Amino acid sequence: MYRNNRPGMGTIVQTVIRWLRGPILLFGLYIIMYGHEAPGGGFGGGVVIASAFILMTLAWGEPYTLEFFRRDTALTLACIGLLIFIGLAWAGTWAGSGVFFENLAAGLPGHEAHLFMTALEVGSGLFVAGALYLGFSVLMGHYDGAGREEEES
Amino acid sequence: MNAPVAEMIPYFIVLPLTVAVLVQLLARRRDALAAGLAGLCMLALALMSLAAALSGAGGEVVYNMGGWATPIGIDLRLDGLTALLLLTVNTVALAVALYAADYMQTFTARPRFYSLFLLMVTGMNGVVMTGDLFNLYVFLEISAIASYALVAFGCEREELEASFKYIVLGSVSSSLILIALALMYGVTGALNMAQVSARVAAGGMDAPLTLAFALFICGFAFKAALVPFHAWLPDAHPAAPAPVSAMLSGVLIKAVGIYVLARLVFNVFGPVAGVLELLCWLGLASMVVGALAALGQNDIKRMFAYSSISQAGFIVLGFGLATPLGLVGALYHLVNHALFKSLLFLNAGAVEYCTGTRKLDELGGLNRALPVTGATSLVGSMSIAGIPPFNGFWSKLIIILACVEAGRYGFAVVAVAVSIVTLAYQLKVQHRAFFAALPEALGAVKREPRRMALAMILLAVGCVALSFAVITGLGDPLLIGDAQAVLSAGIFGAQP
Amino acid sequence: MIYSLCLLLILVGLYGVVSSRQTLRIVISLIVVSHGVHLLLLLIGYRAGGTPPIQEAGQTAAAFAAGSVDPIPQALVLTSIVIGLGVLALMVALCVRLYERYGTFDVTEIRRLRG
Repeated sequence: MYRNNRPGMGTIVQTVIRWLRGPILLFGLYIIMYGHEAPGGGFGGGVVIASAFILMTLAWGEPYTLEFFRRDTALTLACIGLLIFIGLAWAGTWAGSGVFFENLAAGLPGHEAHLFMTALEVGSGLFVAGALYLGFSVLMGHYDGAGREEEES
Repeated sequence: MNAPVAEMIPYFIVLPLTVAVLVQLLARRRDALAAGLAGLCMLALALMSLAAALSGAGGEVVYNMGGWATPIGIDLRLDGLTALLLLTVNTVALAVALYAADYMQTFTARPRFYSLFLLMVTGMNGVVMTGDLFNLYVFLEISAIASYALVAFGCEREELEASFKYIVLGSVSSSLILIALALMYGVTGALNMAQVSARVAAGGMDAPLTLAFALFICGFAFKAALVPFHAWLPDAHPAAPAPVSAMLSGVLIKAVGIYVLARLVFNVFGPVAGVLELLCWLGLASMVVGALAALGQNDIKRMFAYSSISQAGFIVLGFGLATPLGLVGALYHLVNHALFKSLLFLNAGAVEYCTGTRKLDELGGLNRALPVTGATSLVGSMSIAGIPPFNGFWSKLIIILACVEAGRYGFAVVAVAVSIVTLAYQLKVQHRAFFAALPEALGAVKREPRRMALAMILLAVGCVALSFAVITGLGDPLLIGDAQAVLSAGIFGAQP
Repeated sequence: MIYSLCLLLILVGLYGVVSSRQTLRIVISLIVVSHGVHLLLLLIGYRAGGTPPIQEAGQTAAAFAAGSVDPIPQALVLTSIVIGLGVLALMVALCVRLYERYGTFDVTEIRRLRG
């Protein structure tokens, strides 16, 4: 993956991905937020968000992407996402009628009824994005294309 | 059953999951904090499972997640069998977590170990408690993935190779289970265990359902490491770090393998005569192959791994007989084996930690150097070999009596023979490793660290306590009686 | 009849697992098996001429249930895909580490454990 001793791919790829990474992140966020009424949800949205960073890694190499999104941060975000999910599920036990995993916003009118589901999707989207990026980053950083091994975090 | 227990049910899954995440969030670099959080969590789980078991009194609690009524929602059920297994899993996991606090000092990235360990406990608790078949698959996979990572934890060559074999065979068996789930959903239109059993009782077993049942048995026989599906176990269990081996051999193959088989055969699909016969023969084959293979081993942990296959065969034979006595024997042996097999693996780990080797021809005379390990391994060996008055003797006796009562005299003879072989290889370990003279090549042997010794003593006390409970006739029969009643009751009622 | 295609896919994958000489090929074969199983799950929920399982505005529940494909297998497959992703990541990491330790991807040479 090294061209002329420069990490990553050629100029065309880098330019295109520099334009595209923002919209891809936005699109992933859209998929997460609208998961309750259109196909999508946390899993798919998380994958799209992680794919933006994966594309960056392919275009510029692993060290460049690590400056944007460190592995520690990814793990922390993933944990926070999972805790949001568990916390919302647990909140049903003392806020609602006392049953686990209850949909707290079920009674609210109109669009607010979807708030609970959207919050769950955000939680799981964070988790999937962080976990996928972390997995890909560790696998890429572990075995550098030119045969040099990087430090493991 | 009283309300506090019903409220507690989801926390068996939520608590270890949350603590696993918290360990990664807060204690990523602080080992002591990670170990402390994990230990506290396991203590809480063990106490909760004790409370759940003691308050049982034969009832059954169904907890609907999210308040959705049963056919639509996923429910968690706590009946006698579940309570027994929860108690077993969580108490053994507590002892192992205590042990791991010291044993894992030789490994790096310890907080990750604790997270993975707690994830595995989450998966096992979920498998044991769920009343929905796809939920079972999800929790099964959670514990399986955690165990694949734990087997490879040391990242040495043998651990990686063993983990790779384990993960390939585990994935194949999970795919088989998923195919069976698909077929079963296609025929019955339900995933909830109670609903499926109602449909099976009403409609009978037609061809796709029989195929689904067969695939389920194949898939879960893989997980339970019954012969001929056992190929991954003799590599995976020895290669893993000792606490992981203890968890895998002691509780994982039982919670996700044998428990699910029993649930499916007795409660969901109903005890069909052909299937029970198949279980008997699978059990018999496992007993014989495991025992014979264990005789020739030089590595202690590999010998114990084959011994696990053999003892799992005893349990499945008891289930296959399906008489109340056979079920009691099988359940009792399941609990006993969880206790003494994890004890034996922890002993092997202590031997390896203190002397640096696990090969029998390099060991000797450890009774003086490692007194706690020697004493507890003597208790464990006598239990598993079936020497009175230890608990292993009683459970094997019950199974053999059940064979005789059911008229299967051949099975009884084989069971007795296998017990003798078990005695033989356990004596071999005891003699070579603990009672012989200390070879000079071994050098200075360190003492076992405090927490490892404490964990081993805990498990040994558990073995002795169970044997006393049988002799004096108090306490324990209550739990196992409930569990056996659940299995004997057959198919779940149409209304849970 | 279409189910035989799923069965074919699963069998091809299983053949790959059994006969591959390289660890990464075994991993890919396992992915093929899981694709076949997911296809089987989805097809079980299919109804000829059915609509996607999203309730249109103003459609009654009964009409929805009578016309759409079964949404439960879709949820099952989604969950199973994510589980498969986790297992795949672990398997690939194992392959990479095995290569570092043994210097080869060849399964016949990664044979230190025996008996």
